[in-house]
Amino acid sequence: MIHSLFLINASGDIFLEKHWKSVVSRSVCDYFFEAQERASEAENVPPVIPTPHHYLLSVYRHKIFFVAVIQSEVPPLFVIEFLHRVVDTFQDYFGVCSEVMIKDNVVVVYEVLEEMLDNGFPLATESNILKELIKPPTILRTVVNTITGSTNVGDQLPTGQLSVVPWRRTGVKYTNNEAYFDVIEEIDAIIDKSGSTITAEIQGVIDACVKLTGMPDLTLSFMNPRLLDDVSFHPCVRFKRWESERILSFIPPDGNFRLLSYHVSAQNLVAIPVYVKHNISFRDSSSLGRFEITVGPKQTMGKTVEGVMVTSQMPKGVLNMTLTPSQGTHIFDPVTKLLSWDVGKINPQKLPSLKGSVSLQAGTSKPDENPTINLQFKIQQLAISGLKVNRLDMYGEKYKPFKGIKYMTKAGKFQVRT
Amino acid sequence: MTLTSVPASQPAASRPHPAAMAASPAYGEEKGGSSSLGEPEYGHDPASGGIFSSDYKRHDDLKEMLDSNKDSLKLEAMKRIVAMIARGKNASDLFPAVVKNVACKNIEVKKLVYVYLVRYAEEQQDLALLSISTFQRGLKDPNQLIRASALRVLSSIRVPIIVPIMMLAIKEAASDMSPYVRKTAAHAIPKLYSLDSDQKDQLIEVIEKLLADKTTLVAGSVVMAFEEVCPERIDLIHKNYRKLCNLLIDVEEWGQVVIINMLTRYARTQFLSPNQNQESLLEESAEKAFYGSEEEDAKDAKAEAASLAKRKPYVMDPDHRLLLRNTKPLLQSRNAAVVMAVAQLYFHLAPKAEVGVIAKALVRLLRSHSEVQYVVLQNVATMSIKRRGMFEPYLKSFYIRSTDPTQIKILKLEVLTNLANETNISTILREFQTYIRSMDKDFVAATIQAIGRCATNIGKVRDTCLNGLVQLLSNRDELVVAESVVVIKKLLQMQPAQHSEIIKHMAKLTDNIQVPMARASILWLIGEYCEHVPKIAPDVLRKMAKSFTNEEDIVKLQVINLAAKLYLTNSKQYDQNYDIRDRARFIRQLIVPTEKSGALNKYAKKLFLAQKPAPILESSFKDRDHFQLGSLSHLLNAKAVGYQELPDWPDEAPDPSVRNVEVPEWTKCTSREKRKEKVEKPFYSDSEGESGPTESADSEPESVSKESGSSSSLGSSSSGSEEEEEEEEGSSGEQSEDKEEEEKRTKRKKEGSRKAAPGSTGSPSEEEEEEGVKKAKKKALQGKKSCAETSSEEASTSESSSSGSDSGSEAEAKRRKAPPSSRAGPKEISLLDLDDFTLAPPQPVPSSSIVSTSLVTDLEGLTLTDTSLAPALLSPAFSTVRTYELLHRMAGEGLSVEYCFSRQPFPGDPHMVAVQIQISNNTDAEVKSLRVSEPKPLSGMRIQEFPEIECLAPGDTASVVMGIDFCDSTQAANFQLRTHTRHFYVSIQPPVGELMAPVFMSENEFKKEQGKLTGMSEITEKLTLPEKCQSDHAIVQQVTSAANVGRVPCGADNEYRFAAKTVTSGSLVLITLERREGTAAQLTVNSEKMVIGTMLVKDIIQALAQ
Repeated sequence: MIHSLFLINASGDIFLEKHWKSVVSRSVCDYFFEAQERASEAENVPPVIPTPHHYLLSVYRHKIFFVAVIQSEVPPLFVIEFLHRVVDTFQDYFGVCSEVMIKDNVVVVYEVLEEMLDNGFPLATESNILKELIKPPTILRTVVNTITGSTNVGDQLPTGQLSVVPWRRTGVKYTNNEAYFDVIEEIDAIIDKSGSTITAEIQGVIDACVKLTGMPDLTLSFMNPRLLDDVSFHPCVRFKRWESERILSFIPPDGNFRLLSYHVSAQNLVAIPVYVKHNISFRDSSSLGRFEITVGPKQTMGKTVEGVMVTSQMPKGVLNMTLTPSQGTHIFDPVTKLLSWDVGKINPQKLPSLKGSVSLQAGTSKPDENPTINLQFKIQQLAISGLKVNRLDMYGEKYKPFKGIKYMTKAGKFQVRT
Repeated sequence: MTLTSVPASQPAASRPHPAAMAASPAYGEEKGGSSSLGEPEYGHDPASGGIFSSDYKRHDDLKEMLDSNKDSLKLEAMKRIVAMIARGKNASDLFPAVVKNVACKNIEVKKLVYVYLVRYAEEQQDLALLSISTFQRGLKDPNQLIRASALRVLSSIRVPIIVPIMMLAIKEAASDMSPYVRKTAAHAIPKLYSLDSDQKDQLIEVIEKLLADKTTLVAGSVVMAFEEVCPERIDLIHKNYRKLCNLLIDVEEWGQVVIINMLTRYARTQFLSPNQNQESLLEESAEKAFYGSEEEDAKDAKAEAASLAKRKPYVMDPDHRLLLRNTKPLLQSRNAAVVMAVAQLYFHLAPKAEVGVIAKALVRLLRSHSEVQYVVLQNVATMSIKRRGMFEPYLKSFYIRSTDPTQIKILKLEVLTNLANETNISTILREFQTYIRSMDKDFVAATIQAIGRCATNIGKVRDTCLNGLVQLLSNRDELVVAESVVVIKKLLQMQPAQHSEIIKHMAKLTDNIQVPMARASILWLIGEYCEHVPKIAPDVLRKMAKSFTNEEDIVKLQVINLAAKLYLTNSKQYDQNYDIRDRARFIRQLIVPTEKSGALNKYAKKLFLAQKPAPILESSFKDRDHFQLGSLSHLLNAKAVGYQELPDWPDEAPDPSVRNVEVPEWTKCTSREKRKEKVEKPFYSDSEGESGPTESADSEPESVSKESGSSSSLGSSSSGSEEEEEEEEGSSGEQSEDKEEEEKRTKRKKEGSRKAAPGSTGSPSEEEEEEGVKKAKKKALQGKKSCAETSSEEASTSESSSSGSDSGSEAEAKRRKAPPSSRAGPKEISLLDLDDFTLAPPQPVPSSSIVSTSLVTDLEGLTLTDTSLAPALLSPAFSTVRTYELLHRMAGEGLSVEYCFSRQPFPGDPHMVAVQIQISNNTDAEVKSLRVSEPKPLSGMRIQEFPEIECLAPGDTASVVMGIDFCDSTQAANFQLRTHTRHFYVSIQPPVGELMAPVFMSENEFKKEQGKLTGMSEITEKLTLPEKCQSDHAIVQQVTSAANVGRVPCGADNEYRFAAKTVTSGSLVLITLERREGTAAQLTVNSEKMVIGTMLVKDIIQALAQ
């Protein structure tokens, strides 16, 4: 399966290597660098690169390439999914997954990697088990460790791997028992020039933060479970129960985890909460174009749209832009030609707008493509699909937990074509 | 396991090793200078700075830290060493210093040493051997996690010398009682195999053993080992197929992927194609069917199935269905690899009508990271060629966003093109129009090609596409124009006549377009269709001739072609490229009439202007599906190393019975229950006239019948398993009540059949009742499930409420009502419980001990001690116990003495073996004051004499009990037997089996204890069971007669376990008898007392062989 792992930063340095079988020389990464050069952009590096003796499978996250070396047939998704799991684990351990963080915690990283794979086959990928094996570093613990000389490695042998619910630690104890669930929905949409929707979908997740003592058994039910068209679960969810009753029944992992991700069927019309009015023209004769966009709320169910951010990739011919926003701040990067406008909150009485002129490179003709506008926004206390949690019950433990549900709608890949 | 190869007595760390001393300076010199430059930070470390500066050799500070006796210093050193390894720096010269710490108490230091060891052991094999003994000790640790981690590290050390040790360790771990250790053993198999492939045969044996494991923890790992070591041994899967299918949902996600991929291959070799009959018919109708809603789909499929059924009925193998059914829920997995694995399984194995379910899940994956998207889109592209209808409802999910990476855009484009048909082409083309304006030029070029493909595939839009493409010819971007020209060329070839305008337009473009491919294409077009543009062609040629020398080769060739086609010749033979010169000469020869070549030029026109078949624009993903989807080979479209070919469906289905297991494998019934089943069959056939064989032959009788009824309805067929699982519920606690239940059940069965006989008014129908009984039986079998499977049990608890009112629970309710006193009526139950209660008369003592042991295990919870229990239960039926002669009549001058081992604890001293002595007076005089005297016991042996017999009348027989403490040895106890007149020297030699007393323990305790008694304490012997010793009953009887042991309940049906304690020292003696195929069996005895163990093995084998 997975032979080796190389971590490569943006400037092409291999800053960590780990081998699970015989050592593979790091020169194998030359093939990767070649492909990287050809691809020009990091995200265009093919995830699978065949070399004469090995295959390189890579993922690119947090400006780091995680390159796995394999030698024989293995489902590529197996490796890719695992690499993403590695990144998630690092993020879970260190808060952020960055080169600096990994270098600072190289021993913990190494120990974690050692536990995650045995001979290249995944062994423990559940972060709860890993944390039992190797405690994540915290500032306090680092200080304590240096003073007392104690270690990050759990001194008790972990039993999580042996339990029937491998995702949950045993002997969890909290003084305040609480369970929070965030229903977060993202709208993926493509809006065409005239403002009509070409495609729109809602993808939702329920992220949970559960801090409950003992072995609680939770059930979560929805007012309108039929909305969910396609779901995928954390392994803790009892699938049969969902199939028969549309109830989520599970023994939760300890801490943060993604309980469920779902897709709201495309048949349902998706409410688009914002609209963008745009007027962009690159005039042919003069080297000055016009640029004007206005953002306004549409179907927001009475909630405020906030955290609005507009980005747009301008064509190469654009030299500079002189713009004035009615609110927020904007930046145009003349090198990458990326315009971004941090709008903030939309006030329906006074719609935010960005107006100004575009200066084009002299001599070249007008660019024939129009930029697409990418939109980000957030709406608190609203699940745009209308999904509602009915109730949350706990069995198996005697205490009364504090329960909380939060809803949020965000823009996913929300694009407006112009 | 013997550890003689490496001295294990002394910890490696405490031994100064000459090699270590010698090696370190050598390494230091070798690498010291060059690489120390790369490690400047170590010099700056304040803690080590002083040492470092005083000595020029690198790493000496680290060595010193490692040698210190402070754990914190060691830890600090190890952390820095691991950091070096992580950065790819060489730290091999520290090996001797590091390896010494392998036995360090500090866990983190130990772990880091392991990391180091695994990394460098290969390079320093001799030194690595120093560490082996530590791991060997770890393998015997009572803590399963330590055993597992020792095995893990041991097997990761790639040193060929230790292959035999690894092999031994793996074999031992494979039969460890902890599933976690067994899992580690499975992981170790490929490691050993890669180290020494000669071990394959032995490893396959271990794999075979582990494949039979019934825990989810092991399943994934062992299949992984199977795939790496012996993927061709598909025959090993047969017996485990159903179990794997049923365990699948509870296996950890990575294991699921491996198992599903393996089962896909397996299914391809074992089942018939579900589409074989429909291939021809469905090919046309499939598309139509897919456009409709799902219900229509199903209807269509049914109708087709109905019509096809007449021709040649295809009935899906129930095992095939089982696989499809059990994998389907995994489409909901959060793990993309699992979803993909299920998707490919459905694509390769499912009937066409059912493949559709995977589309939704695959589309969901498109939301994931771009690398996941990349792989999924590749697979979707292949699938969408074969099964276009499947993805059509999700067309919009493949629309391209400007923020997608180019490689994703191109793949999406591929899928969109594959999905294009007459109904959606207009939307797709509108989408394409926006793509053409994109800033990403590679993407635009790909879009143009996609348009070309749409135009070729869908005749209706060909003209529209062509016009659109022609418009693109005026695009400012040369790349776009060039791509358009190439595509137009291909399109025009299909209908040249109507398009002279376009050709003219293109001819004008020759002045502007510089891309060689495009220029060549234009020239070719003009030449080919010069008849449509008679005036322009020569002009173009004239222009081209001028610039000929500057053109690219490909353009030059086309110029020549054009010239030839125009019946003109030009002097092109001075070109530098010989290929072009040749071509020019060749064409001139061909065309310019000379004396010699007259014959050819008649045909010149035919040669050059022959009707050329129009090119076919097709997807590069066509026919990629001969690779297993989701595989690396599929992605690369080339066979990767180690790729296992996906076999074609067989024409004839191989024998499905190979997958049959004697008993349903989701249950684990003990031999006792199996026996009962055998008896039950006639019971059924008598009372109901139903044929039993179907049930015993197949593990899932219900679903089988359902399957054959309606092979395509997924919904109904899944209910079969649900019911079964439901029955599991609540059964965990019933193990101990087994016996009672059994009786109750019997009674109920009687009731059931009686009730059914008069008629079924008001009460459930006969079949239902019958089913209820069956279920109840299954339920009992479920009760024997080992605790390792509680996860699946737990998962299924939710089922109970969903279908709570079926006959199963009805039966259950009835059973609850059945009074426990029903055991009173022996006649009623005799038919079934014959084996358990009216035991074979010839040897009541051993058989009664079976009753006692099983009862004791059943009553385990009541904490009865064996001393209080045994006298009550062991019948002292003296005559049938094997007796030995102490004193023959002749030698004793009329006094004969016999003895036997009553197997009762000797009252007063639990360390003594009770020996029952029977003295008969065959003289005609009284024998007086009969007693034991002058016992001459060997050291430590004690004899408790029996009370003196005052007087024994002629013809009388007296029975007395004496106690002997044999000190757990088979040495004879010598003493004198005195009468008032004479004395006789006698000796009692105990058979080894009598030196122990049964202990009663649960299966888990047994395994735990057995785990402690491995290595030297374990004796294994193979044997063949004779004909008459095949039944469970006979085996148990023989073993218990050979030794005074207690039966331990056992989950596996082919294993028998017994336990005892030696009388004197109380050491455990554990006996495992495992039946293999045929008459082969394996006997294992675990005991601290090796001598006893060895002798016991001999005795038992002898007893069984009789």
